[in-house]
Amino acid sequence: MDFTVGLLLKLVPGLGGAPAWVLITLGAVVPAVLLVTMMALGPILYVYAETKIAGFMQDRIGPKRVGPHGMLQTVADAVKLLFKEAIFPAGVDKVLFVLAPCIVNVGAFLPFVVVPFGSHLQTADLNVGVFYVTAVASLSTVGLIMAGWASNNKYALFGGMRSAAQIVSYEIPAVMILLIPVMIVGSLSLQDIVAAQAGGLQSWLLFRYFPLMPIAFLIFFTAGMAECNRTPFDIPEAESELVAGFHTEYSGFFFAMFFMAEYTEMFVISAVTSVLFLGGFHAPHPALQDIHGFGLGFLWLTAKAWSLMFVMMWLRWTLPRLRVDQLMYVAWKVLLPISMVLVVAVGALLMIPATRNGFPWDPYVGWLVTIAVFGALVAWMAGARLAKKRHVRDLAA
Amino acid sequence: MASAIGSGAADWKLDDLETDEMVLNMGPQHPSTHGVLRIELKTDGEVVKAARPHIGYLHRCFEKHAESVDYPGVIPYTDRMDYVASMGNSLGYALAVEKLLGIETSPYVSTIRVIMAELQRIASHCVAVGTYGMDIGAFTPFLHLLRDREKILDLFEWTCGARLLYNYNWVGGVSHDLPEGFVKACRQFLREYDAITIPELMDLLIGNKIFIKRTAGVGVLPVDLAISYDLTGPNLRGSGLPRDLRKDHPYCGYDRFEFAVPVGRGEHGPVGSCFDRNWVRCIEMAESSKIIHQALDLLEKSERADVHEKVPKRVKPAKGEVYSRSEAPRGQLGYYVVADGTGVNPYRVKVKSPCFTAMSVFHVLAKGMMIADIIALIGSLDVVLGEIDR
Repeated sequence: MDFTVGLLLKLVPGLGGAPAWVLITLGAVVPAVLLVTMMALGPILYVYAETKIAGFMQDRIGPKRVGPHGMLQTVADAVKLLFKEAIFPAGVDKVLFVLAPCIVNVGAFLPFVVVPFGSHLQTADLNVGVFYVTAVASLSTVGLIMAGWASNNKYALFGGMRSAAQIVSYEIPAVMILLIPVMIVGSLSLQDIVAAQAGGLQSWLLFRYFPLMPIAFLIFFTAGMAECNRTPFDIPEAESELVAGFHTEYSGFFFAMFFMAEYTEMFVISAVTSVLFLGGFHAPHPALQDIHGFGLGFLWLTAKAWSLMFVMMWLRWTLPRLRVDQLMYVAWKVLLPISMVLVVAVGALLMIPATRNGFPWDPYVGWLVTIAVFGALVAWMAGARLAKKRHVRDLAA
Repeated sequence: MASAIGSGAADWKLDDLETDEMVLNMGPQHPSTHGVLRIELKTDGEVVKAARPHIGYLHRCFEKHAESVDYPGVIPYTDRMDYVASMGNSLGYALAVEKLLGIETSPYVSTIRVIMAELQRIASHCVAVGTYGMDIGAFTPFLHLLRDREKILDLFEWTCGARLLYNYNWVGGVSHDLPEGFVKACRQFLREYDAITIPELMDLLIGNKIFIKRTAGVGVLPVDLAISYDLTGPNLRGSGLPRDLRKDHPYCGYDRFEFAVPVGRGEHGPVGSCFDRNWVRCIEMAESSKIIHQALDLLEKSERADVHEKVPKRVKPAKGEVYSRSEAPRGQLGYYVVADGTGVNPYRVKVKSPCFTAMSVFHVLAKGMMIADIIALIGSLDVVLGEIDR
């Protein structure tokens, strides 16, 4: 907050004479309003991206009519939803019915308070940041169950119960994995965790204890995907089974709120994953961190989060959905044992003085692996493209 | 329940109240009941204790209608039974009336009929497999397959002007000859289909670990149960019995073509599971393409003929009855036609629908499943409600 007050004083010359309470209020309200506005408008962009990506994966174009390249399609959809009647079916519990989407949104937006977009660009640097994220992120489950119960609809009830079972199961491996960065850094503050990853790609926590942390990253990302109800873990709203799950009876703006919460949650999970494993707002190389003193940390974190969101969308349009029991199997019998082993292994390695700061090969492995992965990806894509070109030529002949 | 109410309030105890189970109505407006099917599920949590399908929401009195129009006039009504595979319906009816009249169509017409029926089989299986993927949660293969179905519908539209309900197979012939350049366009489509769609489908959906986990070992239909419930088509072949009318009792000159009859092999789990039924459909799509290639070769070699040559001016069969069956995409489609010898209208038309029998085994398989498996089961039986209700 001191940072924002300082910034405000610099930007607005006449503010220096204002009483202290004005400054404190402004210092708190301005960043909060900025953050909430930005995060609330984010889903418009994400939904557009999702429809376009889905279109390209399914051999079609996606939205094209409203605005240039259909860019205003989501805006139009949002406006339509705003003006639609919110229908209250017979027998709904009106208080809970209205409260549920609000609580889901609260759960989706609150974690932003501690997400560090820069060394000063953070609403609050809580010393229990990691703990806070897990605590408030679970709030949305309450909303989902509430929506399922209040709707007076059996499908919605199924959806609510499924989401409760799912999030409770997947939170355990996720929290287990969260412990690992906390153990390595020795702090619960997200700012400290990011600070420990300064100095380029090789010092990101993803490449610490090389074969171990990438596994932890994958488990955390999988569990995170399950927590925001994305395919293949979208059983709470499985449209082919439960019609629309917990939001079957919602329409108009309430439905839009659920939608917004889902995409916001995607961004939160991606951002937290980037902060914990991918160096947060640090650039892959220190030289890329700023342009003539203008920090790009905010953009780096957003870029990392968006890349992870792209992976989520990619998986959604590729994979089928798991069944409830298979979902539980994955959580309890696959992810949980592996994450427990990881916690114990990393904990033991931290106790040994020789490996206190990682394996000896850790500084070299980061760039090698990154270049190898991206090289393989590019080579594979180019190969597929060439094969397709050859194929089209053969067909024409 | 009824006995508890009937015995009077005095005898009623709180324990009689069934609170463990919940009745869940699935349909008739549910996204995955493939039309207007309603299923009454008795569920205990996620597990289904009993399932009862309710049919009849799409009943349009086909059989009664058929008694009040003349023989060729029935054909548009047959199109509306299995509306996903209309060509097969009208073909079956045309074959039945031809048998009643004693007409033998020319090889040229038979070849055209085979091409149309097999294209329709591909289009129908595209919908079946695509929507099955969507039931399991994979959205993308559905659109890839509909892209190819669209191309087939374009071919149909080019030939006879209609995209869904064709009125194409007439008694004694077909309504339109193939247009100029059809063979080339059809070959072009098949090349893309063989080279892109089928491998893509196998990669993206059939080979997917989650898809296999969701379908293999679910809804296992042993071959004796399949026979006792009179299942036909891919549902029977999925249980491992190679019964296909095109091979066993060839009609329309199917014996001229070489093709394999795929059967469920139980690669992942027991034979006759949802995976096998779906897998059989996928392989059939590839086999149909082989048949069409051979039929196109035949067409290129043969001379064009008048497709209306054998079409009778007035269909008035002598007194008699006939049962004729053909292999529609969803199984054996049988027509029982009775002529009383007096009028130009059939005395009775009865349809033996493959989807109806497939639906009859549903309640046996559904017991003890989870709700998600119910969806997988309906999709794998591939029922079209238009044909069940007629």
